[in-house]
Amino acid sequence: MSKHGNRTILVCCGPGCLSNHSMDVYEELKARISQAKIKAEVKTEVKATGCHGLCEKGPLVRIEPDDIFYTGVKVSDVPEIVEKTLLNHQVVEKLLYHEPSVGRKVISPKQTRFYKKQMKLALRNVGEIDPSSIEDYIHRGGYKALGRVLSELSPDEVITEIEKSGLRGRGGAGFPTGWKWRQCARMQYYPKYVICNGDEGDPGAFMDRCIMEGDPHSVIEGMVIGAYAVGSHEGFIYIRDEYFLAIRNMSHAIEQARDKGFLGKNILGSNFDFDVQIVRGGGAFVCGESTALMASIEGKVGEPRAKYIRSVERGLWGKPTVLNNVETWANVPVIMDRGAEWFSSIGTENSKGTKVFSLVGKVQNTGLIEVPMGMTLREIIFDIGGGIAGGRKFKAVQTGGPSGGCIPESLIDLPVDFDSLNNAGSMMGSGGMIVMDDRTCMVDVARFYLTFLSEESCGKCVPCREGIRRMLEILNEICEGRGQPDDLDTLAELGEMLKEASLCGLGKSAPNPVLTTLRYFKDEYLAHVNEKTCPAGVCKNLTVYYIDESQCKGCGLCQKNCPSHAVEGQRGQPFAIDETKCIKCGSCMDVCRFGAVRIRGRDKSWK
Amino acid sequence: MELKDFSYARTILEQYPPERRFLLAILQDIQKHYNYIPRPILEMLRDYLDVPLSKLYSVATFYKALSLKPKGRYVIKVCDGTACHLKSSQSIIDEIKKVLKIVPGSTTGDGKFSLETVNCLGSCAVSPVMVINDRFYGRVTPSRVREILEEYGRLENEQTWK
Ligand SMILES: Cc1cc2nc3c(=O)[nH]c(=O)nc-3n(C[C@H](O)[C@H](O)[C@H](O)COP(=O)(O)O)c2cc1C
Ligand code: FES
Repeated sequence: MSKHGNRTILVCCGPGCLSNHSMDVYEELKARISQAKIKAEVKTEVKATGCHGLCEKGPLVRIEPDDIFYTGVKVSDVPEIVEKTLLNHQVVEKLLYHEPSVGRKVISPKQTRFYKKQMKLALRNVGEIDPSSIEDYIHRGGYKALGRVLSELSPDEVITEIEKSGLRGRGGAGFPTGWKWRQCARMQYYPKYVICNGDEGDPGAFMDRCIMEGDPHSVIEGMVIGAYAVGSHEGFIYIRDEYFLAIRNMSHAIEQARDKGFLGKNILGSNFDFDVQIVRGGGAFVCGESTALMASIEGKVGEPRAKYIRSVERGLWGKPTVLNNVETWANVPVIMDRGAEWFSSIGTENSKGTKVFSLVGKVQNTGLIEVPMGMTLREIIFDIGGGIAGGRKFKAVQTGGPSGGCIPESLIDLPVDFDSLNNAGSMMGSGGMIVMDDRTCMVDVARFYLTFLSEESCGKCVPCREGIRRMLEILNEICEGRGQPDDLDTLAELGEMLKEASLCGLGKSAPNPVLTTLRYFKDEYLAHVNEKTCPAGVCKNLTVYYIDESQCKGCGLCQKNCPSHAVEGQRGQPFAIDETKCIKCGSCMDVCRFGAVRIRGRDKSWK
Repeated sequence: MELKDFSYARTILEQYPPERRFLLAILQDIQKHYNYIPRPILEMLRDYLDVPLSKLYSVATFYKALSLKPKGRYVIKVCDGTACHLKSSQSIIDEIKKVLKIVPGSTTGDGKFSLETVNCLGSCAVSPVMVINDRFYGRVTPSRVREILEEYGRLENEQTWK
């Protein structure tokens, strides 16, 4: 271990770790270090960084250059870290990460399977730098690409490079970025605008947020390059209002970039002017759609419009506009820096580069990951994700958020890229990846997304406004135990209608969660409709919980965790559930270590 | 209520040029300051931006972050994002409904608690998640709900706890 040079302590302050009180750990480390007067030649710096990934094990603390990685750090662990690691160069054994694949604790993050299989391009700096420091960003090669672009390349050459890289939009549909830019560059009227879409409406994802919080300059640099390529002098970054940390870090970064001459007039002496401002979103899913987002920036209700004229021709205030997703922008400097050839060597034939996912749900390691396109779902879920939590059985994985679909176990070896996900009836979306186990009801999942979409439909077009409602009503009936045999056909028919007739992508893709679950999990729908049972034990009206006396060890954990005192009996004896008091929350089933809590259908078929 | 002091609203307005594009930003600032969008301020805004009241109303009701009704002192946000939903956030919502006798989107009679459901808070690793004002609670179970709410003191109206 090095005894000289600067020590840096990186404390993850991403959303996952923050909710585990990592800010307190950060403050405590700072206080203790100044108290302990750590040796003069060792300058120790504590940095609050963006999300490292591996949110499951947070709060995470890394010590550089020693390459030590601590997980689950509490404020009470801080004195020991200072005493042992910082002053005496020893590791605190109990805070090390236990790597299941080798069955022992490891010191460096590089030794974990979670990190080993990843490849970080868009997340290259997230978790490595202090997002409030432009020096950190520059130190890691930031703004180098911009300098080269402005001094050596013509706008046309920039676009050609992006086209050659094969970069496709990371916000959903995978539209070729270079092509989009070229269309806009061709337009001969001004002003032109560039926009960064940081609305991130997917209700189960937080990738864009972590990039904006953890590495705001990568987005700004990408936007300046894009603006130069298409001939725009004004840009907007649209961020959800709830993402206050992202807004704060981004605003701060914009100011720093202006101070250093990366934004504003005559950028780096090139005669090129460009500036950006932040617009706070109002919390409506449909505002992530490009035309709705532009309406929202104009101060109007965020409703989409029909796209017979594309926004590269007439976008914001009727002017030519390029809109890209946060992650797309963050990829641009990497491509300009390392070249299109290098970038296009990563990934599959039609999907180049990497993709960031927020891997969540019933998986061991939840958090942000970034992998090369074409990695299989199995590698993502079982190698990086560490398999299903609690040793349960894998059932499905949902990608693409409310516009995507559920992919069953039989397709687990599917390579993840834009086209293969589309073929499976789902889509890449912005990168939500939700793992489901046998305790997840697929009908309920479909209902969940439709509930979300029915609230979020802006109501402008009838197919979407009414169609989603009708589909939701049917799903509600099925989950309540009043499903009819012909409901499934009606659902499929309505779904097809929505796909055909809706105005924008929200309605066009809204049936996907239903259609994919119908396609891959029809049996589960049939169980709800015909047998009136919910095999996963989620739909309350269709589920009765009971305790299997032969399995119950009488430990009493279920009784302790039952919020409505429905578990009866004495410790040491098998317990029983009083059906009349049971609210069917499933707490007992989740805590039972012996699998003694079972479910059966409402009136027949014991399982 | 109507006698409330709305003079600060003018300060908020004047931070922005009188252009339509700043409407959403102004409304968000007002929401933050007053916890809702009072009608007299909407009228002030109408004159400032020269936008009809009906248009202001349509914007104020379209966006989720804005509310025309005052919210409680403690705003309980239960995450019902996908990851939290899979980990039974519905049971948490049901339990709060039972304890406080309010449904999502409403406020207790004494103006103490408002209940809302929100989408992913980025803390899926500790799902299900709920936030009261700015305090996070992770891995919430139905049996912990009552305990957490009690941190905010008993409701003035004791019987609502039954
Ligand atoms: C209903 C709906 C919601 C969307 N939400 C988002 C979003 O939250 N973030 C995003 O980047 N793109 C979103 N999109 C996709 C955008 O319309 C647009 O295609 C994308 O931002 C373009 O950027 P890209 O080419 O870099 O992917 C959404 C689309 C639809 C139809
Ligand atoms: S879904 Fe609740 S925090 Fe992500």
